[in-house]
Amino acid sequence: MELLVPEIGLVVFQTIAFLLLMFVLAKFAWKPVLAAIKEREHNIDEALNKAELAKQEMVRLAAKNEELMKEARAERDLMLKEAKTLKDSIVNEAKHQAQTEGAKLIEKARIEIENQKKAALAELKDQVSSLSIDIAERVLRNQLADKAKQQDFVADLLKDIELN
Amino acid sequence: MDCSHVFDFKVNRLTLVFTLFLALFFVTPLLYAQEDTSKATVTAHAEPEAEKKFNLGKFALHHIADSHSWHVIGDTFIGLPVILYTQGGLVMFNADEFHGDDEAKLVVERAGQRFVKLHEKIYYATATANAEGEYVEVDANHHAKNVRPLDFSVTKNVCTLLLSVVVMLLVFLNVANGYKKRKGKSPKGLQSWMEPLILFVRDDIARPNLGHKYERFMPYLLTVFFFIWFNNMLGLVPFLPGGANLTGNIAVTAVLSVITLIIVVTNGNKYYWKHIFTPDVPWWLYIVLVPVEIIGVFTKPIALAIRLFANITAGHILMLSLIGLIFVFNSVYVSVVSVPFALFIGAIELLVAFIQAFIFTMLSALFIGMAIEEHH
Repeated sequence: MELLVPEIGLVVFQTIAFLLLMFVLAKFAWKPVLAAIKEREHNIDEALNKAELAKQEMVRLAAKNEELMKEARAERDLMLKEAKTLKDSIVNEAKHQAQTEGAKLIEKARIEIENQKKAALAELKDQVSSLSIDIAERVLRNQLADKAKQQDFVADLLKDIELN
Repeated sequence: MDCSHVFDFKVNRLTLVFTLFLALFFVTPLLYAQEDTSKATVTAHAEPEAEKKFNLGKFALHHIADSHSWHVIGDTFIGLPVILYTQGGLVMFNADEFHGDDEAKLVVERAGQRFVKLHEKIYYATATANAEGEYVEVDANHHAKNVRPLDFSVTKNVCTLLLSVVVMLLVFLNVANGYKKRKGKSPKGLQSWMEPLILFVRDDIARPNLGHKYERFMPYLLTVFFFIWFNNMLGLVPFLPGGANLTGNIAVTAVLSVITLIIVVTNGNKYYWKHIFTPDVPWWLYIVLVPVEIIGVFTKPIALAIRLFANITAGHILMLSLIGLIFVFNSVYVSVVSVPFALFIGAIELLVAFIQAFIFTMLSALFIGMAIEEHH
């Protein structure tokens, strides 16, 4: 049973040594170590949280992008559609306008042609009359160059008158 | 984390070789020690043949007890300083002055006082020797009846204690330095050895038992955990810097558990004291319950002290007994059985070294936690 009786010397040494060890370690080891571990854990947690947030942000951005893409596509479709209708209407209008314009031009041209024809006919008549007068004059002059013939002619004329 | 490499066959083989190598060291000093005893018996006493027989109990108890000298190897012992507080003041001398005597047969005179050493304890010597040449009065059980001076000697256990304090300071100041040098970075070297254990104490011992107030008690829990673990391990080393049975000494475990008791009592809140002195039972039951509760305050630390002491001492005795079997049967062939078995127990003791440190710290935390628990 000697083993169960504590020796005073060892009790004293143990008490002093252990308490000293505890206070020295508490001040110079445990405190900085636990603080450092805590800080590191805090940093890790924070980093993980940030990563999680970044991930969520990424997802949000991707969704937003998708949304934007969709919107852009819809807008493009709309624009294309509008452009198409616009084009159709322009083409139609142009066609229509061209038709009316063409018809108008044709009408104008017809009138012009008519006028020109009339003018040409009038001029032709004038020229024909003056030409025939000229020819008649020249024929007369030619025929009336000698007296005999003049006589004959007058005689003829007179004969005609008499007939009338 | 991938740990598969730990079970690699090559590593296992290396470990085995290393353990066998250590076992060799473990057996050799014992062999020498045995030689000493037999030589001493033959030369000094010339006792009858029957008494020369190897006494396993004595052998084991001698090795787990404290000592005034430190066995190095063979016949070499280091004498440690003896410091006595006597009626005539402080007396100091080297234990070598007893010249290896441990049976009160050699008297050392200092400051007009005479001392003898019997079973590693120092007594005031009687004036004359008794029939067996011992300067002590003994009772029927051969226990000395002489008065003892207050013995503050630096014994083998005290040396181990101081050594472990130095080792712990070196290790943990180095670890703390690592945190300062690699601020916010991952641990390295010694630091990464110790960090899991520090986290183990914090997350598995302190936090579950102490709740949010755990930080206040961390210095004690960490110190006590590592102190017990380091010394348990040091006690398992069979040669010089180790070999002392510090955590298997009741004085050491008693001091540790008294510190736990002091922490419990000084931090106990009103709920703790109310539970002891005015528990929620009919008043006439107080006659029984209050004394039981008061006894409970003291039995907890006593159980703590005895648990650690008994576990470590038992481990040492078991190993010594297994090796001692060789000398009991006086045959080298017994070693074929007892050395592997001692090796096996040694491996278990490594585990026990950790488990006992854990249990002591765990129960300390539990008792403190019970004292500071808030009831809502």
